[in-house]
Amino acid sequence: MEKFSGKIWVLGDDIDTDIIIPTEYLALKTVNDMAPYAFSPLRPELAGQVKPGDIIVAGKNFGCGSSREQAPEIIKALGIKAVIAKSFARIFFRNSINNGLLLIENDKLRDVVSEGDEITVTLNESIEYNGNKYEIAALPDNLMDIINAGGLVKAMRKLNGLD
Amino acid sequence: MGMTIAEKIIAAAAKVNEVKPGDIHTVELDRLMSNDGTTHLTIDMYNKLKNPKIADVNKLVWIVDHNVPCDSVKTAASHKKMRDFAKENGITFYEGAGVCHQIMMENHVTSGELIFGADSHTCAYGAVGAFGTGVGCTDYLYAMVTGTSWVLVPETLRFNLTGKLREGVYARDLILTIIGMIGANGANYAAMEFGGEGLHTIDMSGRIAICNLCVEAGAKTALMEVDDVALNYLREHGREPKHVFLPDEDAKYAKVYNIDLSTINPIVAKPHFVDSVVDAKECVGTHIDEAFLGSCNNGRIEDLRAGAAIIKGKKVHPLVRFLVVPASKAVYEQALEEGLLQIFVEAGAIVMNPNCSVCWGSCQGVIGENEVLISTGTRNFKGRAGHKDSFVYLASAQTVTASAIKGEIATADMV
Amino acid sequence: MGSTIIEKIVRNNTGKEVKPGDIVTVNVDRVMIHDIFIPFVASKFEEMGFTKLWDPDKVVLIYDHLVPASQVDDTRHFKVGNEFVEKYGMKNIHRADGICHQLMTEAGYVKPGNIVFGTDSHTTTYGCVGAFSSGIGYTEMASILGTGTMWIRVPETIRVNITGKLPKNVMAKDIILKIIGDLGADGATYKALEFAGDTVENMSVASRMSMSNMAIEAGAKCALFTPDEKTAQYCEMELTDRERDLVGDKDAVYCQVLNYKAEDFVPVMACPSNVDNVKPVAALEGKKIDQVFIGSCTNGRLEDLMAAAEVLKDKQIAPFVKLIVTPASRKIYLEAMKNGTIATLAASGAIITHPSCGLCCGRTGGILTDGEVVVATNNRNFLGRMGTSKVEIFLASPKSAAACAVAGKIVVPK
Repeated sequence: MEKFSGKIWVLGDDIDTDIIIPTEYLALKTVNDMAPYAFSPLRPELAGQVKPGDIIVAGKNFGCGSSREQAPEIIKALGIKAVIAKSFARIFFRNSINNGLLLIENDKLRDVVSEGDEITVTLNESIEYNGNKYEIAALPDNLMDIINAGGLVKAMRKLNGLD
Repeated sequence: MGMTIAEKIIAAAAKVNEVKPGDIHTVELDRLMSNDGTTHLTIDMYNKLKNPKIADVNKLVWIVDHNVPCDSVKTAASHKKMRDFAKENGITFYEGAGVCHQIMMENHVTSGELIFGADSHTCAYGAVGAFGTGVGCTDYLYAMVTGTSWVLVPETLRFNLTGKLREGVYARDLILTIIGMIGANGANYAAMEFGGEGLHTIDMSGRIAICNLCVEAGAKTALMEVDDVALNYLREHGREPKHVFLPDEDAKYAKVYNIDLSTINPIVAKPHFVDSVVDAKECVGTHIDEAFLGSCNNGRIEDLRAGAAIIKGKKVHPLVRFLVVPASKAVYEQALEEGLLQIFVEAGAIVMNPNCSVCWGSCQGVIGENEVLISTGTRNFKGRAGHKDSFVYLASAQTVTASAIKGEIATADMV
Repeated sequence: MGSTIIEKIVRNNTGKEVKPGDIVTVNVDRVMIHDIFIPFVASKFEEMGFTKLWDPDKVVLIYDHLVPASQVDDTRHFKVGNEFVEKYGMKNIHRADGICHQLMTEAGYVKPGNIVFGTDSHTTTYGCVGAFSSGIGYTEMASILGTGTMWIRVPETIRVNITGKLPKNVMAKDIILKIIGDLGADGATYKALEFAGDTVENMSVASRMSMSNMAIEAGAKCALFTPDEKTAQYCEMELTDRERDLVGDKDAVYCQVLNYKAEDFVPVMACPSNVDNVKPVAALEGKKIDQVFIGSCTNGRLEDLMAAAEVLKDKQIAPFVKLIVTPASRKIYLEAMKNGTIATLAASGAIITHPSCGLCCGRTGGILTDGEVVVATNNRNFLGRMGTSKVEIFLASPKSAAACAVAGKIVVPK
């Protein structure tokens, strides 16, 4: 199984899509134009400091609110490798899968970590932190199919005989 | 020697018997209007003064009209600063009640007054024979603190009007024609004075439109001879003239223009200058993306009636965004009562709250790259209504409404 | 074994017996795309390699978030949308007629039993007429445009029974806020809500709409009401037996059942900055406010404007307080003009704008700054939603909101 490590950013419960990307910036032309404003209502410094490969660890209901798909796309554009949360909101979850942003559910990790710590993730198996292992569930098959295809756009291109 | 209206008002405000062009006088101001375009800057300067005080708070009228409803956190902070200051100091304050000049005309201005407004279109007040002029916030602050200011007595250009505008031709066509004739700097520093029997045929709404736009010829102020039409307007709004000044027969003018109103045609000012005027017929067929009926220049009940008469039972072109924005709350309520707003809404127009809207061009209804707006607003400068590469044509309420229906510039007889 | 409403809708659509947890592919009856996302949908659609829409008549494009444009690049979205409509032969487009969710039901695009997806989280609204509707992102929308299908996981259902007569100062908004407060912002995640009981049976479709609209704020996938005579009248149709049968069976299996007595409800507000932070208005009384917003797909309908007008009749809003009213649709604005509601609101000092998302989507329409407090009838009070992160947003019913506008502070409506 794929294994990766990264520095973590710690966020709270109910991180909504307006926090991830305020509506004010939603009509900018590209996701890269929007990325500097990610999380700005809550943590205006975060977008500027995130490094590729970093991981977000958050509380419950991450991504609640709007259907704006820019939210996962921006997180991905910032170089965030995965978001680990106690739980995810439904639309955000689908949007992330469709864009190949890795989401991992775990209800214990958030309460023991501190920002800046490093964790190691073994996909569909576990997270290692501070010498302890935190089990994570495997994703259902139909979602793995989309992920394995490289996201929904690629899956559809295949369907249309393009790739 | 005889004096013009402008000279008489300045003489009275300076408490001297006579003034002549080029004199500089210290004058007592009657009223000081400021809006959300710059008031926050005035407040910042005021707060830096050693002993800040307001000479006469009763002279101040502050109006939030440019960005209503508020469009950004930056504007929200300016509005709050203005609102809090007005509240603290007991300043007459309006927010969301309409465009400043229309509110001033409906509620405050009267004949013979000398008024500073922190907005270039303050010259509109000449419609009731008041000397209104636009100033920057430094001048405004000085006047606010001292109740006085200095003025350079302007030369006066006289416009003698005869005849009557033909059906379908509006005061707006007249003033655009005049600006085209004398040029965008044709009245620089000067007062434009209007009189003659033809003036009596123009209603108050038209007069405000004329005076309002004089700044587009560079005028310091615009003044009209007060007649029964103006006096009735004041009385209907519960006010009496402070003083009616009429020009002396031997008043000295820098230039006199005689204009026969019956010769005026529907006009369009093409991008990007107000004096770039042509007969509306020459622009017919020009593609448009948006049409705007509103502003301190042409958002009064008469303008809405003219537009509604054309669009009743018809539809806005599907690809045109037609913004209809009454100039004040009073106009909005009147138009509602007369069923005009209903006509616009049924036709597919976007009926907004009274405010400056796209005439100000910083938020409500801004146009994008390469887009074209036909507008009853005051200005068609490059980028005025949105993107730097966009185009604004100025025309009358009738032409704008007809164009909104056709999806391209059209005159009223074409729809 | 009996079925819940959502199970019946999915069964009718797929022709298969289903149970919660099943992953099935459904045939989509209608989709809605709004102006903010059309450029993204269009580019994903073409990137996917599709050359035609699966059924142009089933696609509705609505401009509402950016009407009128407030930033110079906004009109690019109209341009892209207009080109898409032209290129793919669509007819269903609304360029300035109101908020997408209002128009979808009002203009007859959604019928009981339909399965509908929209590029907006509040797509749950159409459950008010017994349709399964849910929000999705633009990539999935692009794939539906090409295929007409979408995979879903059949959700478990939370049943909400409400019986009895509501107090006069309580509106449907107070009910749904209370329920969200009880469930929590993620209490219905992945699940369907199903409303029943004589209280909701006696409600107008407009009131039901306020409730289904806000179900997403508890994380719900959809929120369903059984279609009845009111639904039929609203949708201008006769209900078939299949549509009448969209009722939760007595022996249906629910993952959770909530029972409420209508008499127990009181006016409530969702306090900053989460929709589930719900408190009785009485506990908040006296807090000074700067602005009131009445509008949105949650509460910008005729009955909402009329409820506000009843409170505001012959009164003036408090000095230095702004009241912004944004009707949910052109039709509503016109009806409110014709029945005198707009005149009453205007006379009280309200700033009335053209129908659009307005302040609810936070791009214009009454943005606030640090230290300001707004009472609003829309659906979200997230941090920074209506200005800076130091703006406090209280969500309330139109009655409560109007009462606060008059008082200049939070008060319980009479």
